[in-house]
Amino acid sequence: MKTLYDKLWEEHHVTQLDSGESLLYIDRHYLHEVTSPQAFEGLSKKNLKPWRLEANIATPDHNVPTTRGDDFDSEKIKDEISKIQVVELDKNCNTFGIKQFDIKSTKQGIVHVIGPELGYTLPGMTIVCGDSHTSTHGALGCLAMGIGTSEVEHVLATQCLKVSKLKNMLVKFEGTPAENVSSKDIVLFFIGQIGTAGGTGYAIEFAGSYIEQISIESRMTICNMAIEAGAKVGLVAPDDKTINYVRKNSFIDKEILFKAEEYWSDLKSDKNAYFEKELTIDISKIKPQVTWGTSPEMVVNFDDDIPRTSDYSEKNKKNIELARHYMGIKDESKLSDLVFDKVFIGSCTNSRIEDLRQAAEIVKGKSVADNISEAIVVPGSGMVKEQAELEGLDKIFTEAGFIWRDPGCSMCLGMNPDQLKPYERCASTSNRNFEGRQGYLGRTHLMSPVMAAFTAINGTIGEPL
Amino acid sequence: MKSNSDGLMIDGIVGYIDRDNIDTDQIIPTEYLKSIKKFGFEDYLFDGWRYHDDGRLGVKKEEREINEDFILNKVPFNESKILLARDNFGCGSSREHAVWALRDFGIKAVIASSFGDIFYNNCFKNGVLPIHLQKDQIEELFQTIKDEILELSVDLQKRIITIGDKEVSFDVEDHLIDRIIYGLDDVDITLKSKDKIFNFEKNRKETMPWIFINE
Ligand code: SF4
Repeated sequence: MKTLYDKLWEEHHVTQLDSGESLLYIDRHYLHEVTSPQAFEGLSKKNLKPWRLEANIATPDHNVPTTRGDDFDSEKIKDEISKIQVVELDKNCNTFGIKQFDIKSTKQGIVHVIGPELGYTLPGMTIVCGDSHTSTHGALGCLAMGIGTSEVEHVLATQCLKVSKLKNMLVKFEGTPAENVSSKDIVLFFIGQIGTAGGTGYAIEFAGSYIEQISIESRMTICNMAIEAGAKVGLVAPDDKTINYVRKNSFIDKEILFKAEEYWSDLKSDKNAYFEKELTIDISKIKPQVTWGTSPEMVVNFDDDIPRTSDYSEKNKKNIELARHYMGIKDESKLSDLVFDKVFIGSCTNSRIEDLRQAAEIVKGKSVADNISEAIVVPGSGMVKEQAELEGLDKIFTEAGFIWRDPGCSMCLGMNPDQLKPYERCASTSNRNFEGRQGYLGRTHLMSPVMAAFTAINGTIGEPL
Repeated sequence: MKSNSDGLMIDGIVGYIDRDNIDTDQIIPTEYLKSIKKFGFEDYLFDGWRYHDDGRLGVKKEEREINEDFILNKVPFNESKILLARDNFGCGSSREHAVWALRDFGIKAVIASSFGDIFYNNCFKNGVLPIHLQKDQIEELFQTIKDEILELSVDLQKRIITIGDKEVSFDVEDHLIDRIIYGLDDVDITLKSKDKIFNFEKNRKETMPWIFINE
């Protein structure tokens, strides 16, 4: 009896090394401009070439400005240091012959958004990228994980990753969600329960009736944030939805695809497979979730009080106190008392078409509140942008006072000019509310696209309108 | 007695940060990921806490507004070789820059009750030893530190930390510690299995051709 993770592990197991570690064969390797330059340099120094060129797909996302307009290229990036990195990726891809969706491409975007939508992420694959949110791709039933730059070099050089096996965890989400509750709320709630280290050392398989109900995009949001629960790997077994999704985006010949589909339909955990940890969560009572602190586990219902230090044991007090202080929360605050300055809808967690549709639905015919100095929507990819424009979502956003941008990571981490200023408070659909994540001394509250849209209109986290 | 130069011992002053969940954005903020180099990150370690101003890549320590209260800015902790923290150290992103910053600052070992998975892995590839201790052992170290400046000695082969006349043992897998002691290169080791990888790949191409098709 094996779990899905066990099966994927065995399927890619090349050999066990003297050290006890295993070599796993890597089917797909995504690259972006931030974690790859030192790896390419290492490769050159060793006089090596990429083991299998076609395994690699690259795109610049972290540094790219989101106000590019037409006719932009890497050389036009104003921030000199960002430019060097993006140009370096261009150079490396040219030198080694790696396929890149470069800054000019209409298919460029956040690496975890473009992989699945362009048909490069397939069920049953092993996928790595020098980025912790690679777990996203697990939503299609692949073994996908983030790696460091040394490992990027290793995968380029050997097509393998040297790893030890993780433990198995099964998380079942059962039930039907309440109105205005999306997969972002479910995963934030889950992280609140298990903590940011709760999944450390595990591959988490998400299952249950809720997972069955939701779209591939929603599953991606959940697997994306598995890393925020400490788990390198998040997984959902492929089902008909997965196969339809792949079929829609695939460039593979029908006959071969048919053979693949046969294999994928059987790819799941055996009935009595053993998981070291199992958890079932009834999601029907979950309310929209909003983080109040500086770790994704510091999350409460949108209408709750913010935890006070007095509610906590001596040991936790300090963490709570530090977070409250950083976030500028006075002793009496409820979440709904906080006044916001900026709204960011985007990131590899929530920048897909479904996310934009949900947010647009709420802002339609309304206006961004006066206290919000900037509300931006950053589609995850050129394809998402195009689709959204086709549906007129960009108009809905801009008429409400949002700014409609070009694809990239943007304010998720503020490597480009999209940043918070000190003490600005932001409603963000991204995945990390760490200190300074969106800009020096900036204050991030994580939430779903729906709640971010409400916050833009209200200026505060009020009752959904 | 073994010496430092053998890579078998780490000894020195312990700097400490009494916090859980110190994430990689704290260890090195995003701005510095713009570097395309693998070295030179020492001035940016814990940037948000170490300075009172917002830093930029290339701006040196001397030009910054230093937070004199932050431990790693104080003598003798500015020369810490070992860092003590609590739970889930290095959670967050996969950026190896976090380890590079610790390494460049001179940190050779980090002691915590747990670590982020990717960070833990990245450490061994850059000669930084993450030492995992139980929560009560960590607590005890913090208690000791309140009263005196702590110097530790870590024996990598025996896996023993010596504090004065006290010894604490820790666990770490052989192959990981060997990497620190001998500075082994993973690519070289893996390429010894070249033929196995070739054969595996060949077989996979036949059974799962769809993986090898690109647009
Ligand atoms: S959107 Fe944010 S989390 Fe996702 S890859 Fe970009 S920076 Fe990382």
